[in-house]
Formats: sequence, C-alpha cells, structure tokens
Amino acid sequence: METNWPDKNWIEIGDIHDIPVRGARCVKTPHGRIAVFRTAEDHVYAMEDRCPHKGGPLSQGIVHGTSVTCPLHNMVISLETGRALGADEGEVRSVAVRNRDGMLSIALDSLMLMVAAE
Amino acid sequence: MKQKLVIIGNGMAPGRMLEELFEQAPGLYDVVIFNAEPRVNYDRIMLSPVLSGEKLYEDIVIHGDDWYARHGVTLHKGAKVTGIDRTAKTVTSANGVTEAYDKLVIATGSLPFIIPVPGHTLPGVLAYRDLDDVEKMLDATKRGGRAIVIGAGLLGLEAAYGLKRQGMDVTVIHIMPTIMERQLDPPAAYLLEKALNDRGIEIITKANTKRIVGEDKVEGIELEDGRVIEGTIVVMAVGIRPAAQLAKEAGVVTNRGIVVDDGMMTSDGSIYALGECAEHRGVCYGLVAPLYESAKTLADRLIGGASEYRGSVVNTKLKVTGINLFSAGDFAEGEDREEIVLRDATAGVYKRLVLKDNRIVGAVLYGETADGAWFFDMIKRGTDISEMRDTLIFGQAYQGGSPLDPTAAVAALPDDAEICGCNGVCKSKIVGKITAKGLTSLDDVRAHTKASASCGSCTGLVEQLMVLTLGDSYNPAVVQPMCKCTELGHDDVRRLIVAKGLKTIPAVMQELEWKTSCGCAKCRPALNYYLVCDWPDEYADDYQSRFINERVHANIQKDGTYSVVPRMWGGVTNAGELRAIADVVDKFEIPMVKVTGGQRIDLLGIHKEDLPAVWADLGKAGFVSGQAYAKGLRTVKTCVGTDWCRFGTQDSTGFGIRLEKFMWGSWTPAKLKLAVSGCPRNCAEATCKDIGVICVDSGYEIHFAGAAGLDIKGTEVLGLVATEDEALEHIVALAQMYREQGRYLERIYKWAKRVGLDEIRRQIMGDAEKRKGYFDRFVFSQTFAQVDPWSERVSGKDKHEFKPMAVVGMAEAAE
Repeated sequence: METNWPDKNWIEIGDIHDIPVRGARCVKTPHGRIAVFRTAEDHVYAMEDRCPHKGGPLSQGIVHGTSVTCPLHNMVISLETGRALGADEGEVRSVAVRNRDGMLSIALDSLMLMVAAE
Repeated sequence: MKQKLVIIGNGMAPGRMLEELFEQAPGLYDVVIFNAEPRVNYDRIMLSPVLSGEKLYEDIVIHGDDWYARHGVTLHKGAKVTGIDRTAKTVTSANGVTEAYDKLVIATGSLPFIIPVPGHTLPGVLAYRDLDDVEKMLDATKRGGRAIVIGAGLLGLEAAYGLKRQGMDVTVIHIMPTIMERQLDPPAAYLLEKALNDRGIEIITKANTKRIVGEDKVEGIELEDGRVIEGTIVVMAVGIRPAAQLAKEAGVVTNRGIVVDDGMMTSDGSIYALGECAEHRGVCYGLVAPLYESAKTLADRLIGGASEYRGSVVNTKLKVTGINLFSAGDFAEGEDREEIVLRDATAGVYKRLVLKDNRIVGAVLYGETADGAWFFDMIKRGTDISEMRDTLIFGQAYQGGSPLDPTAAVAALPDDAEICGCNGVCKSKIVGKITAKGLTSLDDVRAHTKASASCGSCTGLVEQLMVLTLGDSYNPAVVQPMCKCTELGHDDVRRLIVAKGLKTIPAVMQELEWKTSCGCAKCRPALNYYLVCDWPDEYADDYQSRFINERVHANIQKDGTYSVVPRMWGGVTNAGELRAIADVVDKFEIPMVKVTGGQRIDLLGIHKEDLPAVWADLGKAGFVSGQAYAKGLRTVKTCVGTDWCRFGTQDSTGFGIRLEKFMWGSWTPAKLKLAVSGCPRNCAEATCKDIGVICVDSGYEIHFAGAAGLDIKGTEVLGLVATEDEALEHIVALAQMYREQGRYLERIYKWAKRVGLDEIRRQIMGDAEKRKGYFDRFVFSQTFAQVDPWSERVSGKDKHEFKPMAVVGMAEAAE
C-alpha cells in the first residue's frame, strides 16, 4: 500500500527495480518474512509471506493484476486487501510500504503491530 | 433388387443430399460416387481459413472415409466422368470405370472463370476453387513476393486476406469502382476497403487487366492504363460458371447451367442436377444455403416424395478475422424504395436497411452484424415493420422496451426463424431434436441438426437455444475457455498464436482480446509454454509467468524449502557421483536423501538461499539439473539390457541414455517420462510411461500414452521399428507432435485420446515426411533449450531469486 502514513519508523529495504515486474522479493525481519510485490503497473505491496491456507510462501507465487496465486495450493490473495479471493476465506496481514522515487521502505510500526497481534 | 444411384461430384451439395437420404431411407439405394478430386467431402466454405492458416484441412473434412464405408457408398476418388450414355444408362470415367445407374445425379459444381487475357496460361496463374488451389497458393507463399488477386468479390478478398496472413504482399485489382459491389453499397464498400488497407492489402479499383506479364512464369500484370504491377502469382477470382458441359454433351437441356424443375429433375426423367451446376428458375446459386435447401428437396424426391424447391433469398458473410460484414437481399435504390441508415464513424459501424412497402428487402451491416439473422429472417418472411420502424435499425434488442439479454432475444424468435443459414436449420428443428434425442452437447446438436456445423458463425445462437431448452444443465462452454481471462479454448489460442504470428504474452493478450490486463496464474504459464514451443528461437522466456519450480529449477515443498534432483542419465551412476552427493548432503545438512521412482536421487529440505551453492558443488562433479520440476522431459528409466541381462535383446541402457541426452531440456505440455525395457519382461516398466520402448529380437516396439498417476492405464503400441536410429526418430517426432498439439498440463495419454491413436500412428508411423518435419522442428528447438539451468544460475543468472531483498532489524540481534 503506497499510503502516506504520517511519522512512521520507515525502514529502507531497497530499490523498486530490485523486484522483477510481476514478481516479488522477501525481506527478513525478526518478526518473520515479509513479501514485497511489484505489479505490472509498478505498484508495490507488502504483506506477511505466509498464505492463510497452509502457510505457503506467497513471495514465490505468480503475480497477476493486483493478486498473487500461492505456489502451494493456488489460493489467490488480493495484494490490495490481503484477503483471499473467490470462494476461499482467509486474510494475510498487510505491511505499509512507501515508494519515494523508487526507494522502498516498510513501516516498522506495522511490523510491531503484527507481533502484537500474535 | 435395390436401385442404383450414381452421383457425379462429391461436393457439399450431394454430401448433404446423401445425409438426408440415409437418414430418411437408409439402404434404399446402392450409391456410387465419382469424385474428380482425389479426396473425401470437405467444407469448401472454410477454404479461406485454411489459406490464412487459421484452420487445417483435417478440420474441414465433412465426411471421412469411414462415413462412406458405414453407409456402403462406393467412392471413386480421382475419377473424372467423361461421358454419360443415356440410352444404356451408364456413366464412364477417364480412368476407365463404368457404372450403370437407375437414377443419376449430376453435381459437377462450377468452374472458376479465367479471363482469357494474354498470358493466362502461364504457370503461377491460379484460380481459387478447391483445396488444390489453396495448396498451390500456400506453396507460393513460401517463396514470398507479391500476390496479385484479380477480382474483389467475396472469394477474391478472402484469398487476398489469406495470402497477406501468410506473409505475402498483396494487391487486389478490381474492374468496378467499388469492391464487392454485388453485396455492398458504396459506403460499406468504402469501410471495408479501408479496413483491408489497414491490414496491408492494396486495392486498385476501376482497373482492367490487359495482359499477364512473364516469359515462362508469372512476373506481373499490365493494366489497360499501362501500369505494370510486379508479382509472383496471379489469383483469378472473377466469378464462376456452372460446369454443365458434361450434361450438355449427353443431350440434357442446359442454359447457363443444367436446367432443372422444382423437383431438381432435368429434361431426362432419370437424371437430376444439384448444386452450382444447376439452373433453377433461371438462377444459378453459388452459396451453400440454397444448395442445401435444394439438396433436401432432391433427397425427398429420390424416396418418392413430392416436395418442391422454390428458390432462395441469399445472404453473405465475409470470413476475414476481425471484419464483421453482413449483406442480404436487394439494396439497389428505386423510386418505390426507402432506406434507413445508421452510421457511427468512430465505432466503424454502418447499417443500411432498404424498405419497400413497409417490408425489408435488403440489409447491409458493417462493423456490427449481430442482428443480421433477425433482419434476414424478416426479409425472407416479408414481415411488416411499420410498428417498429422508428427503432428498427437499432436491432432486435431495442424492440419492445428494455434491451433483451441474448437468451431472451433467442427465446423471442419465432419457431421457424432460421438459426443456421448455411444449413437452413430453423429454431424449432433444433429445439425439437434437443428434446427428442436428449442432446446435451454442441457436438451432438451439430451431428443431429447440422446447425452450426458449416461456417460456425451461428454457434452462439445455437448455444443460446441449448441454454433455453436445457436450462442450467447445459454448460455452454463446450470449448472450455483457458481461464476466466478469455473465452477462447487452448486449441484456438494455440492456432491463433501461430496463424497471427503472436510472439509475446502481451501481443497474445492484446490481439486475442484478453479480459484482464496481465492474465492469471492459469493462462500465463500456458501462454509462456505455447510461445516457447512455437517460437523457440525468437521468444524470450517470461520467468514471471512460470510456476515457482520452473522459475528456480527446484521443487518447492510444503514448508517452503526445496528439493533438488540431479540428472542420472538412464539411471546409471558411479562412485564419484555418489561421493559428490554425499559431500553435498553433509555440507548443507540436507535432512533427507531419497531414491525416486525415476531411478535417481532426490535431496530434500534445502533452503532456497543455498540452492546456487548446492548446484555449484553438484556441477563440479558433472551433474546437471534433472528437471524433476519441469513440464518437460523428466527421466528415461532403463533396465540393464544386453550388457548384463541373460534375457536382454537390445542395449536398452545405452538407448535410454541416448534418448535422455537427445531430449533433455525440452519443454512439453505436461511432464514427460520415458522408459526403455530390454525385453518383454519389462523391468523398466515401460508400459505405463508417457513413452516407452520394449526391445524385442526384431527391433524396438514403441509404446505411448500410458499413465500411472491419477489414472492407471497401460500404453498403446505406436509401432515396431528395426533400428535404434529409427526408434529415436519416431519417439522424438511423437514428442514434438505432442508438444505442438497438447494443451498445457494435458498429459500425453489425454492428448492421444483427444486426437485419436490412429491419427497419431498415421502421422508418425505412416507419413515419413510429417515425421521428418516433427523431428527437425524438435531438433531446432533443442538448440535453444539444452542449456543447463543450474550452471546458468551458479554463474549469477536470476541472482535476485535466491537472496532476500533486505534483512532488517536482525543484524545486531543475530550476527
């Protein structure tokens, strides 16, 4: 989500071009792996790298439109909401991303929130 | 004794007549057919899609050899009839066959008109009439250059489009001021001309051909005004004339065609004429719909009925992909006539209705033709349109309040509304057959009613009728779309990729009108495979459209780790290789080592970041990727054969290794597993593999289409060959045929079931030329495919795949 969150603890993770178009990379954090996606339109999304179905690594899936298909059992997750699409149910926790002229950062706060929720 | 029915000609009209005859009175006649062409009955309307590469000859066959056998029809192929003896009641062919008849049907069709300008006999001057002409044109396209088409009628323009699609430059010469002047008024002709220009076809109107230039072959043409156009072939598509000569020589009354009465009978009570050679009430028809109507009448007459053919109103559709054009009836202007015209220049829509006494007498639709059938129905019926005149031009959806959905629109049609124009099938016949025969698929409906079985443009309507009749139990997607992003099925997509020369995923999605911006996880890997297969040298593999396993060249496991399987050629290994594997297992603390069913070793539980280092170590010992993750060649399992075994008949191990070295790296629609057994005891279990070989004393028995997964199925025998070289060629050709025709994720046994075992045997075992073609294409493709993906990645390719983008908040804590 490219939102202008006020005053967050932004952590730089790299350049948008480090991620293949219609692809994803991972960021390792103490709170688990974060998947960072780049769509065909150069929108960037980040979320927990864990499918709500059986924990599959979403970063390894095929990115299409603003969705990703999990490599293990083909659950389709919306990158915009983190929710499973179609008949499936489940939700992945999103992480705030900031894109400033291609330099990407994720919000530490949202990582902390993830931990708090666990 | 049975009466004998002899038919001269084997085109669509007599074919249809026989279908009617066999349905209503099977076994009434002994039927003998003389066919001047050396083949069975095929759909002549579909020659244009064959020329443009959008269909194959096999797709347009109406009656295969088995149809003639099943109905006890004697078919003399390549037998041109030279004489009819009406006194003796016999016909004789050029190749010396004489048959006596009780009833004779002349269905000699028509001949293309060749303008007798100087040079018209030069090699390279072609007509556009039958499959031979199409083959000659396709042959010419291989040499490239410019094709000159004389005549911008329906056939001429379809020929021009086909030749353009095959890569030639095309110029169309037309004598009249506007093109297709018999079917189109000038505004529609203008729009069509523009659309064809946009497709790169040059059109010169008001041009009269003076002579064809060339010494011993066509080099161009010269027009009356002195212009010279260079070209390598000249296609004459200026019209047809009924082939009535044979009847005339026999003393049957002819005019322009063979004159028949309303019962299709000629001046001789035992002789009938049918199709384009016949002249009925002064009209010779050249379109299929009227011919089918008269075929029905004739069949009825032959069984003693009294039905009468009273002539037809005809309509026309141009078969140029992406151009929608419909024309019917008479649209000349006149004092007693009025017209309603709708134009939308931006959308490229032009519609014109010609009215007389509040009835539609003619219709021209360009750009949007969905209402063609509705208007045509009203023309034939003479419907009074005064009530709906204000909204008539907007079409059926705008009659009576709110727009109808398509099913409701079909529901609103009267029972006798014509649905299939080619075959003259009305709504009630289709609905009646669906109910009476319990039909549930489009193919069934085609088989029983012929609706949508010729040009196919009414398929949508027929499907709507099925929905209407069967309710929710009918799933109209008989052609299963590839996915939700398109209505097209896999086969159509594959064909169009080749025919339209589409070479990237965005090009496919744009040209084939994908409904999503960048596809989905179902269509993208399929398209990527089709493009890799069809353009091995030109297409740049799109890794983001591959499943993770094929993207990182290892198999993802349930916990997100990967397994790695190095190739062991033919399942043979040695101490050095095993030692290297053992060292890798120790070094990377690989938790599980497992022998696979394909005779090699699987290393499980490897972290993604470690993959390049694991491959580097394996590579030093000579290992390459086993592609255990690929929709491609996996393993070739072998037994020890003549090298060791008491029973071995051939070197099965050596041949297995040779096969694997030849075929590794190739991508296939689904995984491909092979095995070679040295004797019929079959220790390599070759008879449940995708492709298997059983060695015998006399050679190599090639098997295929086995399965031992979700389905269990023994293989089918492809055939026996004598030498190892032959076995290799046959197996590789078979694999290539599957690569070119299989739908993505369709295993070879499912593909084989779909296309038919006999057809595969015919092409691979029976047709050396086809086999060589497949083999050569496989070999060409391999020059690009045989690159070890592991060593590429050890050298740094796709580095980003194996490293996290960043590590945050852990540096201090963990290291």
